[in-house]
Order: sequence, then C-alpha cells, then structure tokens
Amino acid sequence: MNQKFSLNVNGKVHSVDVDPDMPLLYALRNDIGLNNPHFGCGLAQCGACTVHLDGQPIRSCITPVSSVGDGKVVTLAGLGTPDKPHPLQTAYVEEQVPQCGYCINGWIMTAAAFLRDNKKPTDAEIKEALSGLKCRCGTHMNIMRAVKRAATMMG
Amino acid sequence: MTKIDKSTTFSRRAVLLTGGAVVVSVGMPIGLDTVLAIRSAHAQGTKPPLTPDQLSSYVAINADGTVSAFFGKMDMGQGLFVAIGQMVAEELDVPFNRVKVLMGDTATSVNQGGASGSTGIQLGGKQMRMAAAEARRVLVEMAADKLSVPADQLIVVDGVVQAKSDAAKKASYADLIGGRYFNVQLEWNKQIGNTLYAPGKAQPKKPSEYKIVGQPIKREDIAPKVFCQEDFCTDVKVPGMVHGRVIRPAVAGAVPVKVDESSISGIPGAKVVWDKAFLGVVADQEWDAIQAAQTLKVEWSDVKPPFPTDAAIYDHIRKAPVRKREVDAKQTGNVDEAFKTAARVVEAEYEWPFQSHACMGPACALVEIKDGQVNCWTGSQKPHFVQNGISGTLGIPTDKIHVVWVVGPGSYGRSDADDAAMDAAVMAQAVGKPVRMQYMREQATGWDPKGPASVHRARAAIDASGKVVAYEFTSKGFSRLDVNTNGGKPEDTLAGQLRGVDLKSGDGFGVPAESYEFANKRTAWETIPPLLDRGSPLRSAHLRDPVGPQIHFASESFMDEVAAALHLDPIEFRMRHVKDARDIEVIKAVADKSGWQMRPSPRQNQTGNKVSGRGMAYSQRNGTRCAIVAEVDIDRSTGKIWARKFTVAHDCGQIINPDGLRHTIEGNIVQGVSRTLWEEVKFDQKNVTSVDWMTYPILDITETPETIDCVFVNRPDVAPSGAGEPSIRPIAAAIANAIFDATGVRIRRVPFSPDRVKAALS
Repeated sequence: MNQKFSLNVNGKVHSVDVDPDMPLLYALRNDIGLNNPHFGCGLAQCGACTVHLDGQPIRSCITPVSSVGDGKVVTLAGLGTPDKPHPLQTAYVEEQVPQCGYCINGWIMTAAAFLRDNKKPTDAEIKEALSGLKCRCGTHMNIMRAVKRAATMMG
Repeated sequence: MTKIDKSTTFSRRAVLLTGGAVVVSVGMPIGLDTVLAIRSAHAQGTKPPLTPDQLSSYVAINADGTVSAFFGKMDMGQGLFVAIGQMVAEELDVPFNRVKVLMGDTATSVNQGGASGSTGIQLGGKQMRMAAAEARRVLVEMAADKLSVPADQLIVVDGVVQAKSDAAKKASYADLIGGRYFNVQLEWNKQIGNTLYAPGKAQPKKPSEYKIVGQPIKREDIAPKVFCQEDFCTDVKVPGMVHGRVIRPAVAGAVPVKVDESSISGIPGAKVVWDKAFLGVVADQEWDAIQAAQTLKVEWSDVKPPFPTDAAIYDHIRKAPVRKREVDAKQTGNVDEAFKTAARVVEAEYEWPFQSHACMGPACALVEIKDGQVNCWTGSQKPHFVQNGISGTLGIPTDKIHVVWVVGPGSYGRSDADDAAMDAAVMAQAVGKPVRMQYMREQATGWDPKGPASVHRARAAIDASGKVVAYEFTSKGFSRLDVNTNGGKPEDTLAGQLRGVDLKSGDGFGVPAESYEFANKRTAWETIPPLLDRGSPLRSAHLRDPVGPQIHFASESFMDEVAAALHLDPIEFRMRHVKDARDIEVIKAVADKSGWQMRPSPRQNQTGNKVSGRGMAYSQRNGTRCAIVAEVDIDRSTGKIWARKFTVAHDCGQIINPDGLRHTIEGNIVQGVSRTLWEEVKFDQKNVTSVDWMTYPILDITETPETIDCVFVNRPDVAPSGAGEPSIRPIAAAIANAIFDATGVRIRRVPFSPDRVKAALS
C-alpha cells in the first residue's frame, strides 16, 4: 500500500505517495524528476545512485523511502551550480574527468563528504575512501587528478 | 538547457525538449526541414533529400553564421565530437566554437556506421572533412559571383569571404547561404556505414596550414554532466509512458509455457507481453514494473542445460569442430617443412575467457509508436542500424522510424543497448503505449553479448644457430560475429531470436597485427559454433577491440617466450624481426621514454615476496601502432598484482586533438588492466552466473596505475587512423611479460586474478 511521505531534497520539500519499501532512487528520479542519481545495479555495489542523507553518502538504490524520515537529501544537482560550483565540480570540468559520465554521482558525492571531513589527504587515503565505486570507462586517472585538485581548493 | 545546446541553431534538444528538463514530447517525425524551421526564419528553398550524396546531409550554415555538422556516428565519451568539430571548422575557416556537431540522429544524419572499429576520425572524420572542404569551395564560388572577384583572389577569415586585395569586398557565410540548404551533389561511393565516402570537388587543406586541427581543445559536455543539465537515455520521458522489464529464464534456452497474469493483477497497470520465448511486463510506475517482473508466475519449459561449465570451456574449445578456418594471406615460406628440420621448437598455448561489456548501467531504451510513427531514444552506438532493426522487428518501414541516440551508460561495442531498443519496441507495439525499458543489473551483465572466449596456439622453430626460422600462430574460439556488430536485423537481437527468427551466426576472428618477418610464417584463425543457437547469454560479439586483446595477449606473450628461450632482451629480439618503420619507431620511443634497460628476462636479483618486473608488447591496428611497457609489482604471498606504471608510444598518424587522445589512451589502459587482471564471465551448465559487480569484478581505484606516460608520434601528413581501441590490445601481454620478468613464471590464462597468480607462483 502506498503511503504519503515528505522528502527534503536539495532544500525543497516534496510530497510523494509511494510504496514505503520503494528505494529512494525511484522517488528522486520518477516522482521528483531528478536526472542525476542513476540506476546502476540496485545492489549498492557501484555507487551510481549515491546521494547525501544528512551529509553522509548513501546508496539510494537500496534505501527505502520510509527510512529517510525528515533527513536532508542532497543530490549532485544540489551540491553546486554553474554559478556556485562545488570544488569537485570545478575540478571535474578542469580535468575533463568523465567519459560516459554515468558513474559520476558516486565519485563526486562520496569524495565531497570525504574531502569535507579530511583535509590534505594522501593519495592512498583518497583511493581508500573511493574504493568500491565503479567506473567502467576507466577514467580513474582523471578522477584521482580531479579529487586531488579539489582537495587543494578546499584547503 | 545546457551550454552545449545553447551554442547552436539546430540543436536536437531544442527540437525535442519541450516540457521541462527531462520530459520530451515528439508528436511528429522530425526532418531537417523541421529542424531548420525552428529558429531560422529565413529557411527557404527545396530541402534536398537526406541522402549520402548531398552536401546538406553533412553541413549547414545557419542564419547567424554558426555551422551545424550532421555526423552519422556518435561519441562514446572520448570527445570524438570535439575532433570532428575541429576538422569541420578547419576546412571551413570558421572559429571552432562556431561549429556544433549533431550526432547519431536518423532525422538529421546519414548512416556513417555509428561508433565502430575506432573509425570515428579515420573514416567518419574523413568524410566530414571532405564535406566541409566542399562547403567552403561552394561558398567561395558564391562569393566570387556576388563580389565579382575571381575565386582564386578570395580568402576566408573566420567565416567571411573577402578579396585578397581589398578587405572591404567581403561576404560572410551567413550572408551567402545562412539558413538555406546547400544543394550540391557529392560523389558518393554507394556505401553505407563505416565505408561511406562522398567527397566533392574540393581538396582539403594541407596539414601545414592547420590552425585548429592539432589543438588540445576541451570537451564542452563535461560541465552539463557535472551540473546535471544533460539527460542520459535513461532520463528521457514522454507523456503516457509506461515502464517495461523483461524476464529471462533461469536455464538458458528455456521458454515460457505457462504465464499466470493474475499473479500480478494487483499491480497498477501491470500487463504481460508474451510472444513465443519473449516475456516482459509493463506497469505504470517503474518500481511496479520491477515488482511485476519479480512476482509474475511463469512455468518454463524443461530444457537440457546447454553449457559446459566455465572450468571446461577451454577443453570444449579445443575439441569443438572448426566451423571456419582462415589463413592470413601474408603467409611466407613453408612452415610445415621448416618445423621438420628445426633444431629446437618453442611452443605455448594461451587462453582468454568470455568477457562482459558490464556497462555502468543496464541498457535502456524508450519507444513510442503514435499514428504509425515510431520514435526511439537509445544509447546504442549504432542508432541508424537500430532504425533498421526496429523496422524488421515491428514490420514498419524505416521512413516511419526516428531513432535518436542519447548518451547511455557506457559504450564499448555491441552491448545490450541494441537488444534493449528492440525489447522496448516489441513491448510498445504490444501494449499500445510508449514503453521505457531498462534491464536489471543481472540481465545487463548476465545477458549482454559477450567478448568471445578463445585458445591460441603458437610455436617457433629455431635452427642450430639460434635463429627463428619459422613461426606459426593459430587462434581457435567463438566467433566475434555470432551476433552481428549492430542490431540492424532481428536475427541478431534477443527479441528477434526469442520471437522465432533463426540466428545466422557469422564467422569472424582475426590474426596478430604486427610486422614480424620470419622466413616461414603462418597465422590463422578458426571459429567454432555457439554453445546455444538462439537467445544465448553467451552469444559472442564485438567487445572493445574485438578479439584484439585475446590475440595479442597470446602473440606478444609468445614473442617474449621466444626471446627468453634465446636469452635475448625482449625488445632486442623484436627489433631483429619487426620490419615496419613506424612499428620500429614506437618500439624505440617506448623503450626510450620508459628507460628500458637491455637484458634478458627474467630478472635474477630479487628475493622475498615483493617483486617487480617490466614487460613490453606492441601491435598495430588498422594503421595505428602502439607499443607499451608495463611496470608491475607482485606480492608472491597473495598473488596480487599492481600494474603500477605504463609507458605508451602511440602513432595514429595525424593527431586531431592531443588532449582527447591522451584521455582515450588512459581509458584504454585502465579498462585493459581490468580485463587482464579481473574479468571472466562465470557460468554453470544452466546459465551465466556472473551477474553483478561481486561476481564480475572489475578494477578498483585502489588498484589503478600510479602513472600512465604517453609518447605521441604525430604524423601530420599521414591520414589519421583510430585511437579508440589500439592501446587496449597489447596490455595483457605487457603485464604477463612483466610478471615473467619479475618471477620467471609465465601465466598463459586471463584473468591474472590473485588466486590464479598465487597458484602459478607456488
């Protein structure tokens, strides 16, 4: 049975009427109309669906809508804008990171939380923080350059 | 709207996007005339047909002087459209940012083959360059008339034609033709696809005149991606759309014999689409469609499990009947006789598994059928062939089918994208509503067409003086053309095969691409029949550099084995036999750049568990040459390999965009390391069991190389050849050769997973 939920996404409250067990990803994509978190695996194995819930990266493909409560959801679209970009978005453009780009929500949202909490990380720390995320096009060299560039920008 | 779209008059999205960021509404077929009319009040004259022999099929000058280039290929994420824009801008003498390249839309471009065989620049760019040169010639002639100045007295500066002697005598491209069509016939070679070529009378510029070609111009589609302003094919929606999912059998080859639609009657809008072996469901909401696919009660036919186990696959290949054998025409001498008198024979066999495209997301397509008109949005890298495929699948003529390529979740060959388009089409026709169909992860990895598994035999005859007098190399494996490289025919798609069209499995493999000269040499390939003759999750097809990694893993590992048998440095040995001057140059370049020390492998001075080594491999690919040195660290106690550093020397003739080239090569290297170290499709007798990222692991960022150094051999006067795939070819061999250098142990089966390496070292 569907239930009504209020979801706080990118600073706006949206009302949705959905199956409580439905993963948040489908609410974000279909009910709220966001194009950025992607369906990659539905198994929390790849990261393409990553969003922040109260500042922490979560895999929205396995997070039931009913578990979100009044938590604040931020997607890649809410992280920054062309006028006010997040350093990682700037770095991604500068380093020309993606090929197909389907994976970028996982890398950027995970790295954004990591860089916020870890200043001046080493290469090994960055890699460890991003371990498990998938990129099939093999843009990992670019990803490392961009995250390091953003780390420098974030001091 | 995105930055990339704003810059153009003929934006496909400007046409298609009508109802907000992600909602697309298309009521009518979109022809070039519609496109032209959108923002060009001055469009007039008769629109020439969208055929390969018309200049208007490739280039248009808009009313504001911007240029639209209509490209019948698409960009797989490597920035091909930037290079095409550079080539067009160069020939037209307009600033680069005035050109917009529109790709992969059957309403605005002719079939140039889609993404295929690293031919984006080599063949697609060649045609666009000739078309742009012809457009410039025509425009200068028009200006000559208008200004009453002979054409040879005119120059073009930033899209303005002006007299050499009097800059006040001038006419801009916009003045001359802006907003109207070219009506110029080209000399078309009557080919469709990659080989399409239709030059005009103009000669392209000399490379010495280039100002834009060769520059490291950046992609402009990155910002729209990171700011979420660009939709993927998974994001496209149309009014009235429902969601589709397909259902595949647990045992490959089983067909539904009983389907209980009442089992999903409680799900809003849920409907079954069942046609012979094709089974799918639709529902109003995506989550409901997923639930319906999982809930539907289906009774499947009882079929004999069709496969050997993955452990038995190489035995199967060795014993299987050869369906076709082909010996390379370049054979020399008498190989069989030479082996009879050899003082010594070195021989080895190598094995390569089935591999999956395992795209970042499962393939997705949206098909809408309205008033006899079909609109399809697909991530397929060959949208023009999707148009043919839908025509054959639905029985609707191609002129009623509009296919729009929208960037999909990765693209490395004949993936699940073409199957997804047909599945969506079948369901849309069955339910009478637009259907957006996306596979689930286990279907994407489990049921995509696979890169073929193979076994490779190599032997070398050595005479008493230590000279190699004969070389024979034979590949035997599943065909790379079990299903074709595109979804243009129902027999090549799952939907077609499941709905009763017989598979017509084709034969294709290949031989090593190199220039080794031996007195007696024979290279050959042999294909074997598929394991299941229809609807198979192990049907084989093109996966990035189709069969190239397999063949050159074996051939370049073997060259190293022969070098080691002769106690020669691997590069020194190659240089004795490689004859092509450009091959020699990349090999020398990679040796120089990597600081290669001449000595035979293996290294003799290492003890302990942590060892390292270096390995080299090289190959050609359709005119491109690539030599690679891999530097690898190995932990003998765990079998874990870190391919730490790569040095790549790359010669693809004329370089259009060195920045795009570097990114393309880096992607090749990382994906190649992944395929070498981790990737293997697992299966049991019933079905593929590699169905997600746990069961089909790929390279993790903690394992990616620390350094990739590139040396570009630029040859401005040599026509550009491809770069999309050549550098993935030699990677596996370079790593295998480095492992041998470090350990003295030769690994002849991919992937080099830790358990396999540890077992080999113990």
